[in-house]
Amino acid sequence: MQTHEQVDEHSHQHHHSGHADEHQQDYPMVPQRPSREQLAHIKGWGADLDRKNRPAVPMERTPPRFIHAHEGKLPQQPETVEILTSTERPGITPIFGTVQPPKGLSGMMRRLAFRWSENDMRHWLILLAADRVNVVEGIGEDLAKGKVPNVLAEMGIKAEWEHNKAGLVKKAAIGAAVLGAAVYLMRRRER
Amino acid sequence: MLAMNYRGPYRVRADHKPDPVIEHPGDAIVRVTRTCICGSDLHLYHGMVPDTRVGHTFGHEFIGVVEDVGSDVRNLKVGDRVMVPFNLFCGSCFFCQHELYGNCHNTNPEATAVGAIYGYSHTAGGYDGGQAEYVRVPMADVGPMVIPDDIHDDDAVLLTDVTPTGYQAAEMGDISEGDTVVIFGAGPIGLLAAKSSWLMGAGRVIVVDEVEYRLEFAKRWAQCEVVNFREVNDMAEHIKKMTDWMGADVCIDCVGGDAAGSIAQTLTGRLMKAQAGSSTVLHWCINSVRKGGNVSIVGVYGPTFNMVPMGNVLNKGLTIRANQASVKRHLPRLIEHIREGRLSPKDIITHRVPLEEISDAYHIFSSKLDNCIKTVLIPPRAHEVRAVKASALH
Repeated sequence: MQTHEQVDEHSHQHHHSGHADEHQQDYPMVPQRPSREQLAHIKGWGADLDRKNRPAVPMERTPPRFIHAHEGKLPQQPETVEILTSTERPGITPIFGTVQPPKGLSGMMRRLAFRWSENDMRHWLILLAADRVNVVEGIGEDLAKGKVPNVLAEMGIKAEWEHNKAGLVKKAAIGAAVLGAAVYLMRRRER
Repeated sequence: MLAMNYRGPYRVRADHKPDPVIEHPGDAIVRVTRTCICGSDLHLYHGMVPDTRVGHTFGHEFIGVVEDVGSDVRNLKVGDRVMVPFNLFCGSCFFCQHELYGNCHNTNPEATAVGAIYGYSHTAGGYDGGQAEYVRVPMADVGPMVIPDDIHDDDAVLLTDVTPTGYQAAEMGDISEGDTVVIFGAGPIGLLAAKSSWLMGAGRVIVVDEVEYRLEFAKRWAQCEVVNFREVNDMAEHIKKMTDWMGADVCIDCVGGDAAGSIAQTLTGRLMKAQAGSSTVLHWCINSVRKGGNVSIVGVYGPTFNMVPMGNVLNKGLTIRANQASVKRHLPRLIEHIREGRLSPKDIITHRVPLEEISDAYHIFSSKLDNCIKTVLIPPRAHEVRAVKASALH
């Protein structure tokens, strides 16, 4: 097998400076292809060379295989929580997820976002902003339950210490330097 | 039950939350026995997917045992060992009737830009995922497949996403005999795309990444050529140089919006979120493929927009194919490949971690520590039924 350090003797590699006065190159009319014998050591090579063996050719195939589709109209799942729906598909779907319904300030923002279609940037940008608000709400919820979130543990500091001590020390040093600089600048301004 | 709990970008933990319940007559409740962290979970973990709510449980790669079924379920029974495709689909809508199971119209009320996916934000339907002890599995007659007795759990869990996605990535490249295929990304999907490219008769398979241990693994496991993009001056020029200055016949994006390799893209796509992820790899694909060539995209991007050189797509006459993998349609053929020894997905598993240690598992996978390629999470109740069965023998 070739690696990036090796150069194919058939390729036209040379110092490529991009100047217009370079000599004309001969490019192959037929690309170089390895023979089947050269590829024989690769287990399974060509097993799906015939497109008939490829399960997604053609891309759209009907009727579908391998599934037991429900006959008739799908039963409607009862709506037990608030579900936000896309303006590009009016109505509720027969099946939907019910976890983490919208609530709080982030919920209000999400309701606002769903006034616009998916085609409108406001929809997505408000959702992203709501996600950030939701993170702060999450910390508030933890504290309200008497739980102080162990943010460093949640970020995997144990694994970082175990597998990347140097990186952790570097990050801590950069963090301390940034914090120190900020404190210094603030004190200087106070004076 | 114990479940992964998203608290914000780069913050997850294992927490107790209520067990899922049957909410629709077509539902099943599955006790999870294996679940993986997928590369696309990192887009959620990094806070890049809109409408990712605090408290959400990720996980769209899982297998398990059926614990309960709704009144309409006919094809599954309690105790069945099942693998659950990551797409949540009805089987009945126009798209499912055309085997586009990743594009179902009946399972995601919150967006039409994406189908429903387990544990993948409310943009993908708002379903909790499988990084938990139990999970609600809607349309249980349609999605899950009973795992054949001769298929190992570790292979089965990798059949729920990574193997079909890698395979479909190659399939969408429409590879012909002898084609040169360049795969961007030496993660699990890229590795399976490389293996699948050989199945489809590729002549050369070149995998590009920056992580040396992953490239070493790709070279050894997928028998391919490798390029570390940090060691080349210009990616497109390098691929042209490797291909007689023609370009690759097929380029495959197995990275998505978390791509490194361009300061401007990283700044605008990953840090400022001014576009739906870094489009570095889309650039590389479009500019490295030959005129008239094919670009296949399975890397995940957000729903807003990306800055890509569309003029080059037009002027080079490229064909671009992309989709979430339609997992269910691939399973019978992929099981044949495993049985024949042509594919062994479980080889890529490097880490097995108890669900309780999910914070560290995510950090290791995200930061590519400890030579991590694929992480399998084991929930505390994973072996419960086996223990019951064993005791029943006495």
